[in-house]
Amino acid sequence: MSKKSDGAGLNSRLIRRPIQRWAPLFILPVFAAFCIGFVWPFLQGIYLSFCTFNIPKDAKWVGLANYSKIWTDASFWNAFKNTALFAVVSIILINVLAFTIAYALTQKMRGSNLFRTVFFMPNLIGGVVLGYIWSMIFDGILRGYSTYLTANATYGFWGLVILVAWQQIGYMMIIYIAGLQAVPEDMLEAAKIDGASGSQTLFKVIIPNVMPSITTCTFLTLTNSFKLFDQNLALTGGLPSVIQNGAKFNQTELLALNIYSTYNINKNWHGVAQAKAVIFFILVAVLAIAQQTATRRKEVQQ
Amino acid sequence: MSKESVKIKKYSTGSTVLTVVFVFICLAWIMPIFEVVINSLKSNNAINLDVFALPKSDTFVGMDNYIKGLTFGNYPFLKSAGYSLFISVVSTVLILLCCSMAAWYIARVQSGFAKFFYYLCLFSMIVPFQMVMFTLTSTADALKLNTPWTIPIIYLGFGAGLAIFMFVGFVKGLPLEIEEAAAIDGCGPVRTYFNVVLPMLKPTLISVGILELMWVWNDYLLPYLVLDITKYRTIPIHVQYLKGSYGTVDLGATMAVIMMAILPIIIVYLFCQKYIIKGVAAGAVKG
Repeated sequence: MSKKSDGAGLNSRLIRRPIQRWAPLFILPVFAAFCIGFVWPFLQGIYLSFCTFNIPKDAKWVGLANYSKIWTDASFWNAFKNTALFAVVSIILINVLAFTIAYALTQKMRGSNLFRTVFFMPNLIGGVVLGYIWSMIFDGILRGYSTYLTANATYGFWGLVILVAWQQIGYMMIIYIAGLQAVPEDMLEAAKIDGASGSQTLFKVIIPNVMPSITTCTFLTLTNSFKLFDQNLALTGGLPSVIQNGAKFNQTELLALNIYSTYNINKNWHGVAQAKAVIFFILVAVLAIAQQTATRRKEVQQ
Repeated sequence: MSKESVKIKKYSTGSTVLTVVFVFICLAWIMPIFEVVINSLKSNNAINLDVFALPKSDTFVGMDNYIKGLTFGNYPFLKSAGYSLFISVVSTVLILLCCSMAAWYIARVQSGFAKFFYYLCLFSMIVPFQMVMFTLTSTADALKLNTPWTIPIIYLGFGAGLAIFMFVGFVKGLPLEIEEAAAIDGCGPVRTYFNVVLPMLKPTLISVGILELMWVWNDYLLPYLVLDITKYRTIPIHVQYLKGSYGTVDLGATMAVIMMAILPIIIVYLFCQKYIIKGVAAGAVKG
């Protein structure tokens, strides 16, 4: 007991207090930048979602008017539907394929390092450039059927799924490989000795053990697909647009792009765009926290 | 002789089949990049006729597209590349240095303020950029942070959350005894940090550095909103502008620009892929 407090006292005298004296050097620069780059814009953003404004200085309080405008905004609900569907499709597709590839590459085989390098490569290319490359390819394919990418919302949607899968599978594969390599060798051996079949080993031994990787990857694919912007903008830019009940909206827009294009309609929409951003933030935060708590529970204690 | 037989034993017929299958999958996987290469060597008319055709003697234009690409889009490509390089390197160095210092402070001091800041960082990680983009832009304008020379400060602010979270996790695992020994030997906090803590942080510095570098280099929206794009462009802005505003697009020259944009990254990747892949795995497991 006394030894412990001695240790803490020593620690406090030797480490804690001297560092604390240097706070202006160690923590103040980041804290200042963090306030400029995050805290202040975040708080101001919440405030402005209840205002009409052109620039933040001339904000006028309007209460919940912006939020009620969203309720009747067809473009927002269309983007919401697209995003939800896109998230479900891409989470399943990316994780299943990434896990399968990782599983194959962790078997004893020639060239697995080279394959890993190739699969990861698209991840280095930025979203805008990717959108450009794939729009050329999709247009090239669709030209054979005398049509083009932005002619039909279905093309745009599945085009975006393919693009994002191509980009992210390699990244998730790396995480799964790390997880698979951490599965204890003796457990696999025990399963073999007990006569477990291949699928039994996979579902009863391997998957429970790579649950932390599955948590991470589903979390990343979920948040990535909700926050997707660059790829959406560069591939279709939200096109094609249609007019429904007198309101024009872009059919292949996801939420992030919808917020952006709402802001760019004109200054009357700035407040609405900011209110959409607040709803978007709450949505992403709730989903992220819910996903974390749901899958963490399934993880094996090691 | 015995070595040889061990090698043969290691790979079964099944694994050879798997290797062959993966060779084909990988060839398909790099097809999009291959398309960029071949189309950057074709004339614009030839691309419009058939994207997938290989360049033939009458459609092959050599380096013409690349020469055109350097000035294409009313903005010199090399200028965009220069700004991109400057912004991503300076931002990454700034994030690594400032955030690792702050993380050390948070992990060792554990005062109320340090804890408060740490939880604020965790919170910032789930906030999407769209939430702050309009207000961040006006804040950057008001504080005159809207040039390539000052935008790293914005990146430091918005990127601090993830970096501090990762560094704190690592610093907590470092043995306190080493720092105590340094303090007993008369090292002040600054020297202890730079000579003792920073070298031990090297693996985390590499993984965070790679994640931040990839983020800033490829980021489109933040520099697009913050910078005056008539004066300053980064590569993603440059590429988006080729598509956006020039009527009929010269696909050949565009593909040459894209090629020039991704070739350096691919070369860097092939040389440091060991670090990049390790860094991504380490960063993601902690995140």
